[in-house]
Amino acid sequence: MPERIEPLAITAYSATSALGHGLAAHRAAVRDARGGLAINDFSTAPLECRIGRVAGIEEVALPANVAHWDCRNNRLAWLGLQQDGLRDAIATSVAHHGASRVALVLGTSTASIGATEDAYRRLDHGHFPADLQRPEIHTPHSLAAFVADATGITGPALTISTACSSSAKVFASAERLIRLGLIDAALVGGVDTLCDSVLFGFHSLELVSPRGCRPFDARRDGISIGEAAAFALLERVEAAPDAPRLLGHGESSDAHHMSTPHPEGRGALSALDDALARAGIRADAVDYINLHGTATPKNDEVEAKLLPRFPARTRASSTKGFTGHTLGAAGALEAVITLLAIEHGIVPPNLGCSEPMPEAAKWLALQPREQRIDVAVSNSFGFGGNNACLVFGRGETL
Amino acid sequence: MIAPLRVIGIGAWAPGAPDWQHLRGILRGEAAPDDDAPARPAGAVLPAAERRRAPDGVRLAADVAAQATAMAGIDPANLPCVFASTHGEVGITDYVCETLARAPLELSPTRFHNSVLNAPAGYWTIATGCTAASSAVTAHHRSFASGLLEAAVFACAEGKPVLFASCDVASSGPLVEMTRTTLAFGVALVLAPGASAGATMGLALSDAMDERFADGGLALPGVTGDNPANAHALALLQRFAAETTSRLRLPLSSGLSLDMEITP
Repeated sequence: MPERIEPLAITAYSATSALGHGLAAHRAAVRDARGGLAINDFSTAPLECRIGRVAGIEEVALPANVAHWDCRNNRLAWLGLQQDGLRDAIATSVAHHGASRVALVLGTSTASIGATEDAYRRLDHGHFPADLQRPEIHTPHSLAAFVADATGITGPALTISTACSSSAKVFASAERLIRLGLIDAALVGGVDTLCDSVLFGFHSLELVSPRGCRPFDARRDGISIGEAAAFALLERVEAAPDAPRLLGHGESSDAHHMSTPHPEGRGALSALDDALARAGIRADAVDYINLHGTATPKNDEVEAKLLPRFPARTRASSTKGFTGHTLGAAGALEAVITLLAIEHGIVPPNLGCSEPMPEAAKWLALQPREQRIDVAVSNSFGFGGNNACLVFGRGETL
Repeated sequence: MIAPLRVIGIGAWAPGAPDWQHLRGILRGEAAPDDDAPARPAGAVLPAAERRRAPDGVRLAADVAAQATAMAGIDPANLPCVFASTHGEVGITDYVCETLARAPLELSPTRFHNSVLNAPAGYWTIATGCTAASSAVTAHHRSFASGLLEAAVFACAEGKPVLFASCDVASSGPLVEMTRTTLAFGVALVLAPGASAGATMGLALSDAMDERFADGGLALPGVTGDNPANAHALALLQRFAAETTSRLRLPLSSGLSLDMEITP
């Protein structure tokens, strides 16, 4: 088992998703059990499904000095950075520590592939159209390179792209950089946007629900795809003793199958155990778990096998019924929802489930509930059997 | 400053140089590229069924990773791994975008799940039974140094050996004009914490720049193509092929370089 780590303070955080722009919109939606899924009006060809689309991306205009990064994913990133004082917090951190002592570690699975798809739809005699002749946006690093440019962060800048665990793993990478003293702060997060690749890709795998995802419901029939931007600023605890904290992280591989989880949840359990060990916390201290809960028959069946590790009082929910599965942004988005749960003492409900799987029913929170949450876990599992678990806590617990 | 690391395994694949020993000979001026070498990485470590489905980037990564872990004498089953790539599985990207533009409902499910940047990590961990942490990272033209830092930091922070691989395959279709990557090239290192006998590498962050590596590095015609990350990787391998201790400063971010002191 890994050794306990020093916790980190989360000195700023925010999310933008189908629930709205910023934390207040997310808090209100969770409290009112009001989801953001709507009938698909995005794909370039008809596809019967629900999506979690962010309002207002089309109207975002990037400032002139970073306008060459323009594409849907970077517009969403920019929109996300405007919320909840994030840009001020980043600027303060850069000024305080020095721009190269702040790292940027972002997760994404789509990056700006939507722009590449667009170029292929509008090929000009076999060449990309003039407005999309921008090599820097046709790479998986487009997001982090844009955010570095837009925030002035000049420290290590890395994109992690491990499918649906991408933006959970960013917390672990940033923590290690801070632990070794290479940096003093890190902006972490994830941004994924709707595009044909993921809509038709998951459809081809027969993993998309035609009506809307129902995580942990006995009749669940697949995911709903969403888009989101979520960010968190990590610094040493001395910087903000009262801020919520990253307590632990755990990562593992299933070594089983590219698109199906290990049947006994072997990798997921080992990531969870590692995360709890790094946090120095036992499973019975966990008040809330934000489950990966994609609403595919297989994911939820396997993930339910983790629940008996926790006492009956531990509340659990997937919040993908609110936002859809935001893929490469899901780890960071659900980390932010977990932090909101801790800061405001509210258990987010497992929206979309009316007939809970018997194996999960004991732990599932079906209604929003006000309750003090000191310690919470967030799970993220991706294609390729890539698992990450995060443990968060209140500022004053440790 | 990061504690020194031992480099206990090296793997490489380039056109005309399908393993590290061969590439080392070329870099030392003792051998020429082998015109009869296979044009495609073999992916021998992958089970037959997986090998059939695996795209070239996966086969390339599996080949260099298998060389490096064999040289290190380490069972990959418990070895954390970091796979870096500038562009990922570009042949699949070209297929996906072309199919979506023409007939989106015809998209192949296998090719879709092979399109993720962590396909090499996924296939490698499945083939070797690796249950440790695995990652897939990218940083455009700084992918090699950024991935190396990620792996080195993992090894130091967790006190464990780590496998690092950096691979890019040739692009096809209209995407080539954007990626300018026309040749496959891969390198893998097994890094272990603690300095002792054998090859070592010291790493540090620096705010100085070495302009020679800003847009590329060591160009070896027919081997590195136009991909700066490959050229950066080759510059490091050249130092491991030499006899004496040397230094290398590669661009890491807009404000930092990764400084390396290499003792072969």
